[in-house]
Amino acid sequence: MRLERRTYMPLHLVVLAPLVAVLAALVLAAGLIAAAGVNPLMAYGEMLRGALGSQLAITEMLTRATPLIFTGLAAAVAFRAKLWNIGGEGQFFMGALVSAWIGHSLGLPGWLGVPILLIVSMAAGAALLAGPAFLRLRFGVDEVVTTLLLNFIVLLFVGLMIEGPLRDPLAFGWPSSVPVDDAFRLPDLVPRTRLHIGLVFALVAAAMVWLVLARTVFGAETRAAGLNAEAAAFAGISLQKTIMGVALLSGALAGLAGSVEVMGVTAGVTTTMSPGFGYAGIVVAMLAALHPAGVVAAAVFVATVFVGADAMSRATGVPSFIADVIVALCLLTMIVALLFTTYRVRR
Amino acid sequence: MTKVLELHGITKRFGALTANDDITLSLRQGEILALLGENGAGKTTLMNILFGHYAADAGSVYVFGKELPPGVPRQAIEAGVGMVHQHFTLAGNLTVLDNVMLGSEPLSRLKSARADARVKLLKTADRFGLPIDPEAKISTLSVGERQRVEILKALCRDARILILDEPTAVLARPEAQRLFETLRDMTGEGLSLIFISHKLHEVMTADRVAVLRGGKLVAERNTTETNPAELAELMVGRKVERPTREDHRIGAPVLVAANVSIGSGEETRLDDVSFTVHEGEILGIVGVSGNGQAALGALLSGLAQPSSGGLTLRGVDASSLGPRGMIRAGAGRVPEDRHAEGVVGELSVWENAVLERLTTPQFSKNGFVRQRESKVYAEGLIKRFDIRGATPDTRARLLSGGNMQKLILGRVLSNDPCFVLANQPTRGLDEGAIASIHAELLAAREKGAAILLISEELEEAVALSDRIQAIVKGRLSAPVPAKDANPQKLGLMMAGVWAEDAHAT
Repeated sequence: MRLERRTYMPLHLVVLAPLVAVLAALVLAAGLIAAAGVNPLMAYGEMLRGALGSQLAITEMLTRATPLIFTGLAAAVAFRAKLWNIGGEGQFFMGALVSAWIGHSLGLPGWLGVPILLIVSMAAGAALLAGPAFLRLRFGVDEVVTTLLLNFIVLLFVGLMIEGPLRDPLAFGWPSSVPVDDAFRLPDLVPRTRLHIGLVFALVAAAMVWLVLARTVFGAETRAAGLNAEAAAFAGISLQKTIMGVALLSGALAGLAGSVEVMGVTAGVTTTMSPGFGYAGIVVAMLAALHPAGVVAAAVFVATVFVGADAMSRATGVPSFIADVIVALCLLTMIVALLFTTYRVRR
Repeated sequence: MTKVLELHGITKRFGALTANDDITLSLRQGEILALLGENGAGKTTLMNILFGHYAADAGSVYVFGKELPPGVPRQAIEAGVGMVHQHFTLAGNLTVLDNVMLGSEPLSRLKSARADARVKLLKTADRFGLPIDPEAKISTLSVGERQRVEILKALCRDARILILDEPTAVLARPEAQRLFETLRDMTGEGLSLIFISHKLHEVMTADRVAVLRGGKLVAERNTTETNPAELAELMVGRKVERPTREDHRIGAPVLVAANVSIGSGEETRLDDVSFTVHEGEILGIVGVSGNGQAALGALLSGLAQPSSGGLTLRGVDASSLGPRGMIRAGAGRVPEDRHAEGVVGELSVWENAVLERLTTPQFSKNGFVRQRESKVYAEGLIKRFDIRGATPDTRARLLSGGNMQKLILGRVLSNDPCFVLANQPTRGLDEGAIASIHAELLAAREKGAAILLISEELEEAVALSDRIQAIVKGRLSAPVPAKDANPQKLGLMMAGVWAEDAHAT
């Protein structure tokens, strides 16, 4: 048995790979569900019904998909340039925190304030990744370590702020930051649901990221640098500039996720507002094979698992942690699936 | 003479491609057989079948009269077949002895048979004339020494038939010559050898040559009854002649390096180097690899800056322009390693064609890539430079070495450069591709480009260059006109023997 590089990747394999990976992850998770004493088919049925069974369920699922699209794009952009940004979670919280902080007392009308808050949160996310990117470029410090550890620092910082200076006095002791001004709450997309126009922002962001990666000089340089840094340098592409550019774009997208979540859903920041949007974004990006359009589809899938697992948990008693297990398994199975799309097995 | 090895009707297909088509071949006791063929002719596949790496679709292998089961390398080793791969399979952090023992030691034994192995290694080394220090770390050895370890590894496993895949691909000329002398001595000890090559002058050192073309065995010749010209024709399937340089008037200086040194810390990579390349001239830089060619290439590509001295291009300072600045100033650069530096394999041909000049108005506007124009340009390159098997959307890594080089040369020459750096432009290419690369370089010279050719192939340097300088330990000899250059003189120059007082240009 040996692995042979495929000369080209047929499109049906590219599409099939994530589907097979998801199926394999669900089969593996079914073992755990069965071990909890529940019929897996019934459990998955509950899960689907909980996420897609009614209009309300669907809007809830799409609400959950919105930040995942942003964090998925953030990971996809970075991974394409081989910048391993594991810090989406921290950048998410940074974007959320500055939005709430500035958005609480910014005396501006909504049409002006919302774009300002979005831009400020992008800057915050970008700044948070600029540090690790600089350390990598200047001293060769592994960004996997720095970005991952920054997540915990940021989370502790958020805790500090919402217990202290940004504490919401009206929250009855519930640890939450002050909320953004009502003027900056994003309008609902569907009345009487939590679904807000942040979803449209996310779709626009996906389209723009696609445009930048596929059509611009920056996108072409990023691809070249990610695939063969030496050849890119020989062709005169500055690795420092591309990596830093990618870091700023990736951090900004993750920061946007936090900002949109605050303005669209939570109003204030709590340390529990994210069920791991930053980390799940990595899975989303991998399932999407780092393609922006795929990110949207993968985000919808992961959101379905997250939302559906809650419903399943209520109906069957299987702990909703199963959602994290399924998402994590998807990452592993997708990596195996990618191996088989890149290589073929020969005897 | 007895036959030690026989291949009968070997056929191997990879999908639609027939890599080996009904090949029957034998090796006699104490003989050196050269397997000659262009890249992709099926040489390596055939040897991999013989060694058991691949199982043949049809045919059989007999070693010392016994049939080998297909696809079992261990059986081939036990039957006395040893293989030295083109890319070495040594662990750099271990010693020579460790590497020789690696894989041949039974896992079940607690005590390693180090002392015994050491004795055997030293005895083998002595018997075959391959001196080596068993305790030296692989990473400290030169490429030639590493190859010696590979050969010893096979010999210590009692190989009586040795297969060498492109053994000189990584060696400099003197090392290669020494290798062939050693191989000849080894046949005296009862070994039989097969080596794979696509270099004509090399295969003439063998006893017999088998020529492969398109997966078929097209000819077998005793070297006493053939000549390089005939072999070239057999190998390529048609008459191939490298183009020759015609004398013409050389113009004004284009690129001038004056007393350039490049050093980092203790290490000096270029030491007080001066040269001038004129309009319509090819200046050849010859030398054994690792003597500063890399630094010279980096300097002229814009990747390295001189730590002292100056570089001017058409009279303008060019010492710190960077790659894009060099291109803007009219320089074209062909890198030493086309896979590592020349192309991004996973990108398409058109993206690679415009990679160097993405930011110019020809290929981008307002930060967006002009895809249609770029693809039309790539289409033009493919036609003009005869890049075979390519469309603008083909992934670059799927091109053969020769076609990849044509793509790189094409994107350089289509920009009408006034100066061209051609760093090892034909390394690893087959005869047909070499001829077309040479023709393109000579055409550029005819059009007035100043070309600096860095080459380890003396024939190439002499055939193309108007003047030649040798590079030794980061220093350059004074130039000699190509008409005065003969192999003896160049050999001495490459060994560092030149009159220092003639060091003015």
